Amino acid sequence: MFAEPPVNPDSGASSKESHAEPLVEIRDLCFRRGDQLIFADLNLDLPCGLVTAVMGPSGSGKTTLLKLITGQLKPDAGSIRVAGEEITRLDQQGLFRLRRRMGMLFQSSALLTDLSVFDNVAYPLREHTRLSPSLIRKLVLLKLEAVGLRGAWSLMPSELSGGMARRVALARAIALDPMMILYDEPFTGQDPISMGMLMALIRKLNDAARLTSILVSHDVQETLRIADWIYLIAEGRVLAQGTPAALTRDPSPWVRQFLDGLPDGPVHFHYPAPPLAKDLLGWG
Amino acid sequence: MVKRGMLELLVGLFVSLGFVALFFLAMQVSNLSLNLDQGGYRLTARFGNVGSLRARAPVTMAGVRIGRVESIQFDQHTYEAVVVMRIDPQINAIPEDTIASILTAGLLGEQYIGLEPGSSPDFLQDGDEITHTQSALVLERMIGQFLFKKAGEG
Amino acid sequence: MGMTRTALMQLGTSVLAGLERLGRAHLLLLATLCASDEVLRRPRLVLEQVFNIGTLSLVIVGVSGLFVGMVLGLQGYTVLAKFGAAESLGILVAASLVRELGPVVTALLVAGRAGSALTAEIGLMKATEQLAALEMMAVDPIRRILAPRLLGGLISMPLLAAIFSAVGVVGGYFVGVGLLGVDAGAYWGQMQARIDVQEDLVNGVIKSLVFGLVVTSVALFQGYEAVPTAEGVSRATTRAVVQSALLVLGLDFILTALMFGGD
Ligand SMILES: Nc1ncnc2c1ncn2[C@@H]1O[C@H](COP(=O)(O)OP(=O)(O)OP(=O)(O)O)[C@@H](O)[C@H]1O
Ligand SMILES: [Mg+2]
Repeated sequence: MFAEPPVNPDSGASSKESHAEPLVEIRDLCFRRGDQLIFADLNLDLPCGLVTAVMGPSGSGKTTLLKLITGQLKPDAGSIRVAGEEITRLDQQGLFRLRRRMGMLFQSSALLTDLSVFDNVAYPLREHTRLSPSLIRKLVLLKLEAVGLRGAWSLMPSELSGGMARRVALARAIALDPMMILYDEPFTGQDPISMGMLMALIRKLNDAARLTSILVSHDVQETLRIADWIYLIAEGRVLAQGTPAALTRDPSPWVRQFLDGLPDGPVHFHYPAPPLAKDLLGWG
Repeated sequence: MVKRGMLELLVGLFVSLGFVALFFLAMQVSNLSLNLDQGGYRLTARFGNVGSLRARAPVTMAGVRIGRVESIQFDQHTYEAVVVMRIDPQINAIPEDTIASILTAGLLGEQYIGLEPGSSPDFLQDGDEITHTQSALVLERMIGQFLFKKAGEG
Repeated sequence: MGMTRTALMQLGTSVLAGLERLGRAHLLLLATLCASDEVLRRPRLVLEQVFNIGTLSLVIVGVSGLFVGMVLGLQGYTVLAKFGAAESLGILVAASLVRELGPVVTALLVAGRAGSALTAEIGLMKATEQLAALEMMAVDPIRRILAPRLLGGLISMPLLAAIFSAVGVVGGYFVGVGLLGVDAGAYWGQMQARIDVQEDLVNGVIKSLVFGLVVTSVALFQGYEAVPTAEGVSRATTRAVVQSALLVLGLDFILTALMFGGD
């Protein structure tokens, strides 16, 4: 069932890369929060050099998955291997070594609010490199140019709109030219123009810099257009996977329900709850 | 946020204010004698009873502090208290027959040593002993004596 | 019977939870102290915190010190004058300030002014995922955020307490000597004769170092452990102020007993 994902014929990735060992390998992952089981025996591969999208209903655990992959959360069972290293067994130094090669775009942009836009993007460079200030300046301006915000370098995060803050966070995530970027909903709050620009940027970063990208998004059309491979997760499992082309043709009811945005269907798009009538008709 | 140079300036100002305050407390409030150990000379005196005299209590002459009590020991052969005083170096003309008494500041205050100058032309040197001493007045003993005298009279 | 059982169980649970929290607080403090080598490489981080905790508290600490000293002068005078000992006013003012009020009141003021701000700052950084973002950039928030703040608190507290005491002694002088007519020579002279550098001043500084550690680390722990919501942060801020005030007062008693109780 979890065969090597074939390459999206539309993408620029060559077939040679697709047979490369997956950058992230998740096996039999179990994770619970309190009584709520978020993942039960999840299996997932993220191949090197491709854009893999993870889609699923709100609250299905996509953000949690990204946090597990980056070692911010520890799973209850199962293994997560990133670049050949078992992330669950790394100590802080090992994690930091790995994270220096990862960029993450948080769902809430998570900019450091006491630093300006420029200093935010320069932060990882100043932390982990010994580049001269003038070189750092050039690099930061280039990264900001890539997200279309070079003119905003002197603003403080509180002076940015939500969408602008998200793009600054993206510039910061790519500042160190990582091997892997995790995007948590990069498109929310973007106007159509910057949305198109972001999509092109994600694709370009992936193809030009040989990055591996993980994209969590609710925007079905955009995701279908730029992803090489898509996982649909719900109820703690992978419900479907395939290339965008394959998924759009997939007749199974819940793939259709999710991709076409039907209000109801076989998948419970609600947080687990007792029947509505029971909750409404008193406490007995 | 504050500008770059401004921050350093303000922090520097704060830290130096703090040290000025510490210096003020040390010099003006508690009179730190920097020449506590290297300067001055020692005198000893034996008392039958030192009361509640403590180390570092003032040694005064005519009410002016001229030194401090350095240590108080017990001599178990004579059953006396041996008090070592350190006298400020500029006070170098204390007559040999000076009397040292243990006095109390105020009615219930702390005790100190008062020196009553004698008339000898020879002065005390480092390490000398003051032979004329007057012990502390112990309140209980005074009251006891008073009652005893009253009883004798009546 | 069943009621007693559940009550006992609840008591046990909350005691265990409290102990666990205490353990975590100490582990965090230990980790923060161990991470302090970072600030040697980046002294500016500490400088910023000395500014936030120290310089910005200067006005409130100075003004409070002045008034506390003036009140001490007034009250001390009325009491001492009854015993004909108004000349000892200097001793009373200086000893109360240097030994007790300087370190304690300064610690309470700093807990209210800077400690609460630290908790809110760290708590909000947690709520807005800034701490997580730092970790994702392979930067340890304990080294980068907590350690400089702890050091800033440790440096600022004794200096603030010294300023408080010094201003207070001057305030006592204004009232005692300036208004009530105590002899200036007696005010300073008696003070100098009886206040000891080792016994009073150094012990006062040790106290305020301990209080600096307590106030800052409680504030940092509460922020770091705050529930990452607006309500959680506001609760954590309140807890930080209440807990550090209680700890300061309790520790002050213990330290006073150890330092001055012997003789
Ligand atoms: N800190 C937390 N403590 C307890 N439960 C949590 C916590 N964070 C998330 N959850 C639970 O974990 C589940 C998955 O959350 P997650 O944030 O991963 O969802 P998501 O798929 O990213 O949703 P969205 O698309 O809305 O961002 C949710 O049901 C939520 O209730
Ligand atoms: Mg999410």
